Amino acid sequence: MILIDCPHCGPRNEDEFTYGGQAHVPYPANPDELTDAEWAGFLFYRDNPLGEFAERWMHGLGCRRWFNAVRDTYSYKIITTYPMGWAAPQTQPQTQPDTKEVSA
Amino acid sequence: MASTLLEDNIQVPASSGPTERRHSPVEHLHEAFRAAEVTGSRAVRLREIPYVTMIGLRVDPASAAASALSEVLGAPLPAVCGQTTHGAGHTVLWQGPDEFLVITDDAASPLVDQLTERLGDAPGSVVDLSANRTTLELSGPSARAVLEKSCAVDLHPRAFTPGTAVSTAVGAVPVVLWQTDDAPTYRLLPRSSFADHLGRWLMDGMAEFAAEPLPAHSQSGSDPGWH
Repeated sequence: MILIDCPHCGPRNEDEFTYGGQAHVPYPANPDELTDAEWAGFLFYRDNPLGEFAERWMHGLGCRRWFNAVRDTYSYKIITTYPMGWAAPQTQPQTQPDTKEVSA
Repeated sequence: MASTLLEDNIQVPASSGPTERRHSPVEHLHEAFRAAEVTGSRAVRLREIPYVTMIGLRVDPASAAASALSEVLGAPLPAVCGQTTHGAGHTVLWQGPDEFLVITDDAASPLVDQLTERLGDAPGSVVDLSANRTTLELSGPSARAVLEKSCAVDLHPRAFTPGTAVSTAVGAVPVVLWQTDDAPTYRLLPRSSFADHLGRWLMDGMAEFAAEPLPAHSQSGSDPGWH
């Protein structure tokens, strides 16, 4: 069981949350002027880093509010959570994970 | 039939019309709830408290409208997750940063009208949600152990005390879980369509406490210390 620290409710079981994909993807300022490729990029293309990733989560079985979290995609450790509308916090850079460990 | 379904101490307002013909979501389980009651040192009891008036409030707690609504309720709006506040006959539960659930002994209609009037044109809403959820009451010395089998919230008295209410899940069912006293007594508020499943789920959880407890391990003494 992983506890996720909801900014409103405190630590809760991960079952209470749903995942919302990458955070801080801005809506295009000029949607009328985008090419199809640019529009597809906004809609469908997301980062997929190994390591820290700012994501949206929603506490569906608690306060039903969206919030953001920085999660390490390698270890699944949720490093920090913060309310919607806040800038992504500067977190300590993690040491590069040893990818050999994955295949071992 | 209807009179035998209800506990003696549950008051159903005497009136005509729809009130007489309504059915609670788990009235078909009331007999089973009574049969499932466990007595003795490991007692635990389950019952339904049907037709409780619940009113949903959405309002910015920092606004003047919130102050006006709390004047009507005679209680401040709870400020943090888990908190409940009490006015004359009303309890206000925290549901979200701008969302509250009023549970009241009164009938819904005059109170909803009063709250709506005081809210005025300010952003927010006042909605009678009485039919949204029913109330299951689980009480007795084993009540916490029954819930802990399938609820991930820390229910230990150091973290969860009478007057605490949170939205969470028991088993697969989303509920508002509210501890009302240190018997302990918990009220679980599932949505009506999930109430049958939750009632049966809790009866399953209660069944083991009717048996004699297993003898404690000789080295761990009577209190194993892990609960």
